[in-house]
Amino acid sequence: MTGPATVFDKPTDYIGKSIPRSDASRLLRGQGRYVDDMQLPRMVHAVFLRSPYAHAKINSIDISQAIDLQGVVAIFTGKDIAQHVEPYVGVLSHLPGLRSPAQYPLAVDVARWQGEPVAVVICASRALGEDALEYIKVDYEQIPAVTDTLDAMSSEAPLIHKEYDSNLAWKREVEFGNLEEALAQDDVVVVEKQIKFGRHTGVTLETRATVCDYIPGDEQLIMYYAGQAPHMLQFILAKHLDMLEENVRVVAHDVGGSFGIKVHTYGDEIATAIIAKLLKRPVKFTADRLESFVTDIHARDHVVDAKIGVKKDGTIVGMGFNDFTGIGPFSMYPRTSAIECNQILNLTGAPYQFEHYHAVGNVVFQNKTLMCQYRAVGHPIAMAISDCMIEEAARVIGMDPVKIRKKNLIPDDAYPTKSVTGMRFDDLSHHACLDKLLEIMDYEGLLVDQQKERGNGIYRGIGFVSLVEVTNPSPMFYGVGGAPIASQDGATVRLDAAGALHVSSSVTEQGQGTNAILQQIAADVFGVAIERVKVTTGDTATVPYGGGTWASRGAGIGGEAMLLASHALKEQVLETAAVILQAKPENLDISSGEVISKESGEQKISLGDLAKIVYYRGNELPNDLRPELIATRHYRVTDFPFVFTNGAMAAHVEVDTNTGFIKILHFWAVEDCGRVINPQLVDDQIRGGVVQGIGGALYEECIYDTDGQMQNASMADYLVPMASEMPEITVAHVETYTKTSVLGAKGAGEAGTGGAPAAIMNAVNNALEPLNCGLWQMPMTPERVLKALGKIK
Amino acid sequence: MKAPDFSYEKPTTISDVLALLANNELECQLLAGGQSLMPMMNFRMANPGTLVDISNVSELSGIYERKETIEIGAMVRYRELELSKIIKTHCPLISMVLPYVAHAAIRNRGTIGGSIGLSDPAAELPAVLLVLDGKIEITSEKGIRLEPANTFFKGVYETSCEPDELITKIILPKKQPKQKFGFHEIARRHGDYAMAGVCILQDVDLNVRVAFFGVADRAVRSIAVENLLSGNSYLSGELIKNAQNVLNDIEFEGDMNAGPEAKQHIAKVVLERALKEMKND
Amino acid sequence: MTKTAQINLVVNGEKYFENVPVRMNLADFLRNKLGLTGTHVGCEHGVCGACTIFLDGVTARSCLTLAVQADETEVTTIEGYETDKNASDLIKNFHKRNALQCGYCTPGMLASSIEYIEQGNPPDRKKVKEHISGNYCRCTGYQAIVDAICTTIEERQSR
Repeated sequence: MTGPATVFDKPTDYIGKSIPRSDASRLLRGQGRYVDDMQLPRMVHAVFLRSPYAHAKINSIDISQAIDLQGVVAIFTGKDIAQHVEPYVGVLSHLPGLRSPAQYPLAVDVARWQGEPVAVVICASRALGEDALEYIKVDYEQIPAVTDTLDAMSSEAPLIHKEYDSNLAWKREVEFGNLEEALAQDDVVVVEKQIKFGRHTGVTLETRATVCDYIPGDEQLIMYYAGQAPHMLQFILAKHLDMLEENVRVVAHDVGGSFGIKVHTYGDEIATAIIAKLLKRPVKFTADRLESFVTDIHARDHVVDAKIGVKKDGTIVGMGFNDFTGIGPFSMYPRTSAIECNQILNLTGAPYQFEHYHAVGNVVFQNKTLMCQYRAVGHPIAMAISDCMIEEAARVIGMDPVKIRKKNLIPDDAYPTKSVTGMRFDDLSHHACLDKLLEIMDYEGLLVDQQKERGNGIYRGIGFVSLVEVTNPSPMFYGVGGAPIASQDGATVRLDAAGALHVSSSVTEQGQGTNAILQQIAADVFGVAIERVKVTTGDTATVPYGGGTWASRGAGIGGEAMLLASHALKEQVLETAAVILQAKPENLDISSGEVISKESGEQKISLGDLAKIVYYRGNELPNDLRPELIATRHYRVTDFPFVFTNGAMAAHVEVDTNTGFIKILHFWAVEDCGRVINPQLVDDQIRGGVVQGIGGALYEECIYDTDGQMQNASMADYLVPMASEMPEITVAHVETYTKTSVLGAKGAGEAGTGGAPAAIMNAVNNALEPLNCGLWQMPMTPERVLKALGKIK
Repeated sequence: MKAPDFSYEKPTTISDVLALLANNELECQLLAGGQSLMPMMNFRMANPGTLVDISNVSELSGIYERKETIEIGAMVRYRELELSKIIKTHCPLISMVLPYVAHAAIRNRGTIGGSIGLSDPAAELPAVLLVLDGKIEITSEKGIRLEPANTFFKGVYETSCEPDELITKIILPKKQPKQKFGFHEIARRHGDYAMAGVCILQDVDLNVRVAFFGVADRAVRSIAVENLLSGNSYLSGELIKNAQNVLNDIEFEGDMNAGPEAKQHIAKVVLERALKEMKND
Repeated sequence: MTKTAQINLVVNGEKYFENVPVRMNLADFLRNKLGLTGTHVGCEHGVCGACTIFLDGVTARSCLTLAVQADETEVTTIEGYETDKNASDLIKNFHKRNALQCGYCTPGMLASSIEYIEQGNPPDRKKVKEHISGNYCRCTGYQAIVDAICTTIEERQSR
């Protein structure tokens, strides 16, 4: 057999091993290259004036006092910026009915959320720019704000967009079977709950930042940005700034965390690019933390009325829900703010076999920060609806939560199959993951401990989740709907004259270790020492075209492209080597930087020597041999809309019934992400993801007052998980390779965030069970626990 | 989030500081450790005309043992308090609360004078001063006055210290044999300001002083709880329960983490826990 | 007009004599004036810990310290931890154990770790977590960081 399928015929040198990331070495010595580190000649700073109101008409903006202040180069209002940009609309054709008005980078006539930019000072320094902001006089006329999602849907609610008849942005109903009828049967136990999910945000430690430079002679705009999808932004800038795409270069060097926050179109970043072009000089914008809290996309914010029907033996008959989610005043461009709701409609109950499903999603405009895709889009809600309802149903019928899962999880030998909503599944392993989870957590022991401690007034709970995760998306995710978002990724592999490999890829590095796994794959598949592989990502001028990093696609799609390119280059090199060595290519191989005899392992020629012949002494080669020491391959998922992964997780918690505090004693996660390229990197992705999930479950919430003012928009008041409260997290794997690729890798980046909240809510409600109460609102704060316990009103 | 512009002075003597403070036109703001002032300036919530950095005033440093008291210079940082043998021996309550004050890097810079002068309702040290019956030495060009902690804290970020005055010392009585101390606080995350906390002193004569923080507009004593607990050598379970029940004489104020009712509830819990820990000592 | 002052200080063993706006904080001074961009700014209100540096031997938030306050002091930043803080082993263990992902919290996390180790503290996971609980990391979930610190202490103890 030949071709890439042979890659795993022999033991790997690097794939599957916990090799430390080479680029971490630089970061540990303070040699990162983050956007805010950049200082370019003649660079000025963009400092935005933002609406202090959630909803206000902008009658006038007076810049006359500010413009003459020290350091001020220029001031632009929303109207000024609007003249230089084609507005954008956050809709996709495969989400029929989704509506959102045209949006400009800065508010033009009406500000619709607290923090929306209304003007921008271009200044010699950030400090001087902030001084100048105080001298811009805006005549605002406040309009009643619509903040609560459910209130926004009432007929009396003020309309956020006059051109629409209501504040509804999108509604979708999904129905399979006949849930109402099925649940009405005598032998069916029906459980209903309202579950609330707080609005939270990403809090990347590096705030959003960009330096935009314009080179008039080349008519070129260069945007250095802290982001995830350079090619997407290249298209967007070209389209909306009316430039040729080839004249826009987007560069992402080191990015200080992204988690989906940095994959959207932000008005302040677009405005910075416009201004760089107008002023023909570099302009830097770095959001400060206060700006981040009210302008970075928010996520979640759902109120879900859910129900489930089970038979007495635990068989799930069906489930359904009505979800209301508030997305701010616009649907975010270009991914839209309806995807999270859509994911919930598609994914709820996906690990289980049942026949009846009826789900409704309502996506609602409100005067808060825009909501959009953040790590594990929709997953924490979908998993909590199904798994928290299943455990509640189990409590009602007196069944063990593991047993009810085993009864209903799709059997491991059932694949390929479909979920109730028609999602196509293959290569999943729910039962194997649950078995492995039980093996590593000592469930029986925990149950014994639980009983014993209840006698001492100590309330411990164990909660589970079985989950699916959408990874390796195909064009069916965004491209099909008209979004300029590539689902395929490219990899280029080039041999240099010293025998080293230079590889580039369109997936990007945000710290998750993409560069490291690309390096491992290239080194392994091609046959050089890993130290001899240099990786370039993040620059539209130099990397192949592709989607970047989102939806856990780096390893599965970017990695496969790298495998294919490395294998192609290897074949090309062996062809040339065969001529030089007067051998047959099929009898040669490459190992540790040497062309070797496949049979004897004898070293024939080093890659450096071979490359030197090709590059310097081509005269030694036959004229009809035209060696290409470079190869590019692209890869997209073709057979499935997404490659689903699955996992099982468990939380062990202790609820202090006096204080309402929830302590997570331990957390276990079993993940099947197919082939694990670097176990340590995957384990820490899971852990980091779980901790973000814990954030959503216990701590994080953007608290708004009724006027639409965010009350806790600072690091001191918005609580993110810190070290002291975080549990140890045990991670284990089941490896079911996806058949969609040679590499067999699926994504792993979002499972923790998607699954942990449900496991924790289940554990809390398991702990509270003997006290005859439960808590169905995240974050599960001490105050909410105390209320659930009836200790306070 | 850059601080607004200001003038900067770094005097080396108390009298130079006072001369600056006395000049109204300078709109002076004292800079001690800066761990609270600097964020407020970065937020542009504080906008001083002149920032008076008092870190070079040697008269404000040092922890001294006097006959009946311990004198702590206003510029003494939390870290020095943590390491001080004098504090460990004579002011054990301070040693008890310090590990709960923010984080190491903040304690390395933050000062006792800064914390007392700020009167953050959720800070620990004002409550410590209240139960220890500490005194604050306040100096101005008019002279030196000693203000009891009891009357010093006025409200959120409000004290009896006037703009031309400088906190120069904190004076605390030395620990007496047989005095007992209690402390408990509950915070959402380690090092956060507490949702509720309490400091307790049971004196040699069995008089008890109890001060809460994080629950009202300032650190506050509960006279009802004090009266109930005073005179009892043994803190029985029933007594503790009764003490919880009379904790109604504080005007509880909610914050982002909890409403007034939750605050009151958690205040009762910290009271119970602190008393139980004292009982078990 | 922005007010300025002259300051003298030593950063990572190198002497500097600089004119700075008095309102400039130490983080901005290190990053923008000295080009030592290894110190990161995450919140500018003293909470996230990314800007933590050593000021006269103890950790401090450089966003809560004015550059003028650093006059006549010695500052050590991440660029100097290998040489001036003998932290090669800690850095190696952070690398080996993947105790960083995006790297943005790393300068402050190393500072707090170094201080914990320098103070002679034990490889006790709870204590380590408490000590680094003023340093926010969004990526790792902290476990790897605690591992790296404890391993370093254990290695030093067994030497």
